[in-house]
Amino acid sequence: MTSTKPAFRHPKLAQNSLGLTRKDYEGAVSTLCAGCGHDSTTNAIIQACFELNIEPHRVAKMSGIGCSSKTPAYFLDRSHGFNAVHGRMPSIATGANMANRDLLYIGISGDGDTASIGMGQFAHALRRNLNLNYICMNNGCYGLTKGQDSATADMGSTGKRGIPNPYASIDLCELAIELGASYVARGFSGDKKQLVPLIKGAFAHSGLAFIDVISPCVTFNNTSTSTKSYEYVREHIEATNTFDFIPLQREILTDYAEGTTQEVIMHDGSIIHLHKVDSKEDVTNRLNSVNKLEEEKAKGRLLTGLLYVNQQIRETHDILNTSLRPLNSLTENDLCPGNTELQKINDSLR
Amino acid sequence: MKPTNIDNPEYFHKVIDCQYACPSHTPVPEYLRLITQGKYDEAYKVNWISNVFPGVLGRICDRPCEPACRRGRVEENPVAICRLKRVTYDYKSSDTSFVPAIPKKKNGKKIALVGGGPASLTVARDLLPLGYEIDLYDDQSKAGGFIRTQVPSFRLPEKVLNEEVDRIIEMGINTHFNHYVDSLKKIIDKNYDAIFIGTGAPRGRDLPDLPGREAGDSSIFIGIQWLAAILYRHITNAPDRVLVLGGGNTAMDCCRMAKRLGAQDVKVMVRSPREQMKASPWEIEDAIDEGIPIIDNHSPVEFVVKAGKLVGMHFQKVQVRYTNDGKKELVPLDAPPVFYPCDLVLLAVGQMNAFPYIEEDIGIEMNERGTPKLDKITHQSTVPHIFFGGDAAFGPRNVITAVAHGHEAAISIDIFCRGKDLHRRPAPKTSLLNQTMGMQEWLYDAKVTEDRRYAVPTVDRVKSLKNRLVEVELGFSKKTGHQESFRCLNCDVQTVFDHSTCIECDACVDICPESCINFIENASEEELRQNLTVAADNPAQALYVSDILPTGRVMVKDENVCLHCGLCAERCPTASWEMKKYTYNSAEAGDKIDEQD
Ligand SMILES: Cc1cc2nc3c(=O)[nH]c(=O)nc-3n(C[C@H](O)[C@H](O)[C@H](O)COP(=O)(O)OP(=O)(O)OC[C@H]3O[C@@H](n4cnc5c(N)ncnc54)[C@H](O)[C@@H]3O)c2cc1C
Ligand SMILES: Cc1ncc(C[n+]2csc(CCOP(=O)(O)OP(=O)(O)O)c2C)c(N)n1
Ligand code: SF4
Ligand code: SF4
Ligand SMILES: [Mg+2]
Repeated sequence: MTSTKPAFRHPKLAQNSLGLTRKDYEGAVSTLCAGCGHDSTTNAIIQACFELNIEPHRVAKMSGIGCSSKTPAYFLDRSHGFNAVHGRMPSIATGANMANRDLLYIGISGDGDTASIGMGQFAHALRRNLNLNYICMNNGCYGLTKGQDSATADMGSTGKRGIPNPYASIDLCELAIELGASYVARGFSGDKKQLVPLIKGAFAHSGLAFIDVISPCVTFNNTSTSTKSYEYVREHIEATNTFDFIPLQREILTDYAEGTTQEVIMHDGSIIHLHKVDSKEDVTNRLNSVNKLEEEKAKGRLLTGLLYVNQQIRETHDILNTSLRPLNSLTENDLCPGNTELQKINDSLR
Repeated sequence: MKPTNIDNPEYFHKVIDCQYACPSHTPVPEYLRLITQGKYDEAYKVNWISNVFPGVLGRICDRPCEPACRRGRVEENPVAICRLKRVTYDYKSSDTSFVPAIPKKKNGKKIALVGGGPASLTVARDLLPLGYEIDLYDDQSKAGGFIRTQVPSFRLPEKVLNEEVDRIIEMGINTHFNHYVDSLKKIIDKNYDAIFIGTGAPRGRDLPDLPGREAGDSSIFIGIQWLAAILYRHITNAPDRVLVLGGGNTAMDCCRMAKRLGAQDVKVMVRSPREQMKASPWEIEDAIDEGIPIIDNHSPVEFVVKAGKLVGMHFQKVQVRYTNDGKKELVPLDAPPVFYPCDLVLLAVGQMNAFPYIEEDIGIEMNERGTPKLDKITHQSTVPHIFFGGDAAFGPRNVITAVAHGHEAAISIDIFCRGKDLHRRPAPKTSLLNQTMGMQEWLYDAKVTEDRRYAVPTVDRVKSLKNRLVEVELGFSKKTGHQESFRCLNCDVQTVFDHSTCIECDACVDICPESCINFIENASEEELRQNLTVAADNPAQALYVSDILPTGRVMVKDENVCLHCGLCAERCPTASWEMKKYTYNSAEAGDKIDEQD
C-alpha cells in the first residue's frame, strides 16, 4: 500500500495531560493487508499510551520478525526501537532493560516468532519475570511467509491453504502462567473496549506482562474453517471478567459495593478493579487461573480478559539486585569509588 | 437512530457543503476537478448551466458556498471557490457550442419579463430553448439590472458583463429597452401566457427626518442613485471629504467609488459595532486596504449646513444592548455628539421594494413588508399567471439568489403553460458512481494537499485608485488556480457503507485521520452525538448510521470533517466502504416529471 495519511486531524481531538493528541502516538501508515488484526492491536497500543499520558521518548519498542513484528513502525514514531532477528526479541529486550531500567519496554511478537523459533527466548524471559510488556499478535499462522500453520493453530483448524492442522496447539497464556509471568491476559483485536484496558494494566505492572492478542490474518487465516477468524473468535469468545483500570493520578470516583470487586494494586499505585459479578475466580491464584483456562477450552470457549496477576513475584532487576539507576547515568565516581573503598573491600576479605 | 436512507437525494447532496449552500446548487467539486485537469471549457459549462453568469459571479458573488466549505472546518480557510469560478471564465476558449439550440418552430406561448436583471435573464435562458417567445421590458438602455447600474467596474468589468448578458439576449429575446412599465395592467392586457416580474428592490432608503436633510440636499445622495449616475457619467467626480452612511455592501461600493472619483478623505460611518456590519468581510477588507476607515458605533444626529452649504454631520456615539427578549438596541453613550466635517454624504442605509406600477385592483396581494404574497416554492403570486423572482420576490438579496429564483420560476411557468400542477415539480438528476480503478487507485485525486489558501493578486493600488474602470483583482494565474483547486476535498465523492459485508475489523476506524468512524451501540441521535470518539457537536452535519451489525452495534460516521481521502475504503478488506461520486444536478425547466405516486 502506497498511500499516505493526510496530515489533518479532527480539530477537536482530545488532548491528554501532556497536551498530546493521539496523533503524537501514531507511526507510519501501515503496509499490512487491509483489515489485518495487527493494525487494530497497534491502534489499541496507541490509545493506551495516549490515555496513560506516556511520554513517547520514555518508551522502547522491540520486536522480532513477522507481520506482527513490523507493527512497531506503525506506532510511537518518536520512541526508541529495535527490530531483532526472528524469535530474538526477548534477548534484545533483556539487554536493553538491564542497561536502562527507566524506560517502558514494549515487546511485539507473533505466534510464529514466539511459539516456534523464539520459544526458548520466550520461556526464559518469563522465568526471569523481565519488566517487559510482551504483546503477542496471535493469528495462528506465519502471516509474513504466506500463512503456514503456526504452533498456536488449533488442531483441525483450516486456513486458506485448505489442509487441516494435524497438531495440538500451544496455549501461550497457560505457558506464561506456568513459567513465571506475573501478569497474563488475553484479548481480541476486534474488541478494543477490552483490549485497551488490558494493555494499560500491563503498562502499570512491574514484571513480565504477557498479552496474547488474537489478531486475525485476513488474507491467509480468515476462512470459515479457521478458529482464528473474526467470525469464529466472535462466536466463541468468553470474557473472564470486566474491570476498571484506575491510573494512579486519577482519584477514585466509583463506589464498589463490598465483596463485588477484587482489587489489585499495581506497583505504580494504579488499581485494577475486577468485577466479581462476571467471575467468581480469584485471578491472583495460579492454579485457579490455569484450571479456568482448561475448563473453558473443554467447552470449546476461548477465555479472554485478565487471566492471572501476581504482584508478589520479583522482577529481574530485583532478583539480581542491580543498580537502581540506568547504566548510562553512572559516572566514573560511581564505577571507580577509589582506593579507600578498594582497601575496605580487600580488608573484608582478609 | 434509524439507518440513514442514502436513497434520499438530499442526503449526499448535503454532504457536498458548497453545492448545498449554493442557492442554485452549482456542482462545485466537479468544476474544481475540471480546473485541476485544465479543462476550463467544461468547467465553465458546468457553471453556466447552473448559475448562468460564471464570469460575473466569479467576481462579485456573495459566495455562501465559502463559509459552508468543509475545508474551513478542517483548517483555517475554505477553498477560494468564487475566484476559481472566475478562472473558468478567464481561461475558457471562445467556443460557445454549450448554448442550446433555439427551435425555429415556437411552442405558441408568449411570456413577458418585466425588468432585465439576472432573475429575468435566467428565466429567458431556461425558457427560450423550449420554444417560448419572450418579451423583455426594462427602463435602462441595456440589460443586466443592478449588476450593470450598481456594481462598480473596478469589481466587475463591463466586458465580462456584456459577454454573459448578450449571450442570453442573442438566444432570441425581444427586448424593449428604455421602456419603463408604468402600468402592469397594460402588460396584462397584452394577453401573455405568463408574466415574470423581476424589477428588483430599486428604492434606496433616505433619512428624511434628520435635521438639515433638506437644506443640505444638493450634497446628499442616495447611494444607489449616485452609483447609477456615475455609470451614465452624470457624475464624474467627488469632493475632498466624503462620509458614507451604512454598513452594507452598498456602503463599501460607495466609499471605494468616492476615492476613485477624487475624494481624499472618505469615511464609512456605521451605527452598529464592526462585527455586526452587514457587508461581506472581504468587501470591508478591501475598503480598509484602500485607506478608508470604518467608524462604528456612531449614529447620525444631524446634517450641519452653514451658509447654504453642507459642512459636516453630527453623530452620537452608541453602544449595543440586548433587551430581555433578545432585541437589539443602540443606547446613546453619555457624551456630547461628535462632529465630522464633510462636503458630500452618501446614504447607503438600506434598500426597499417598490411596485408603483402595480395597480391595486388587479389582484396581486402584498404583505406588510411591501413584497408580494408568493408561494415560496413556485414563486406564483395571487394572480395565477404572474410570477415574481429576484429582489422583487422576497426583498433584496444577491445575484446568485436571483438566478436560483429564475430557475424555479422558469420551471413553474413551463408547468403552468402546460396546464399541470405547479407543485409536482421535476426531481433533481442524480447518480452514484463507483470511483474504484484498482488497488488503492481512484478515479479522483484522493490525496489531501496541505496547501493553505492562495491569495488573488491585485493591480497596483495607485493605478486602480486613479481609474474606476480598472479592475482591482487580477485573478489567479493558471498555475495558482490549479493549485488552489487541488485544495478541494472532493466532498461529492461519498463514503458509502454496506453493513451486510462488514466484518467489524476496525480497519477504517484505525486509519481514519479525522476519527469520523465509530462502531458503537445504537442510541438516540443526541446520545450518539455525545458517544462518538470525538463528539459530533456540529448539528448541521449529519450522522451516517448503518443497520445493525453482527455484534449488535451500528456503524456511525460523523460527516462533519471527513476529508473524502478514501483511506477507509482503501483499508477495508471486504469493500464494505466504497468511494462513489454523487452527481446532483438541479431540475431544469422542461425536465420530465415523474408521473407515479
Ligand atoms: C451597490 C450594490 C452592490 C451590489 N453588489 C452585489 C454583489 O457584489 N454581489 C451580489 O451578488 N449582489 C450584489 N448586489 C445585489 C444585486 O445587484 C441584486 O440582488 C440583483 O441584481 C437582483 O437581481 P434582479 O434580477 O432581482 O433585479 P435587478 O438587478 O435589480 O434588476 C431589475 C431591473 O428592473 C428594472 N426595472 C425596475 N422597475 C421597472 C419598471 N417598472 N419597468 C421597467 N424596468 C424596471 C431596473 O431598472 C433593473 O434594470 C448589489 C446591489 C447594490 C445596490
Ligand atoms: C531465522 C528465520 N527463519 C525463518 C524466517 C522466515 N519467517 C519470516 S516471518 C516468519 C513467521 C512469522 O510468523 P509470526 O511471528 O506469527 O508473524 P505473523 O506474520 O503471522 O504476524 C518466518 C518463519 C526468518 N525470517 N528468519
Ligand atoms: S472542500 Fe471542495 S467539495 Fe468540499 S465543501 Fe469545500 S469546495 Fe466543496
Ligand atoms: S474518507 Fe474515510 S478515512 Fe477519509 S476522512 Fe472520510 S471517513 Fe475518514
Ligand atoms: Mg502469526
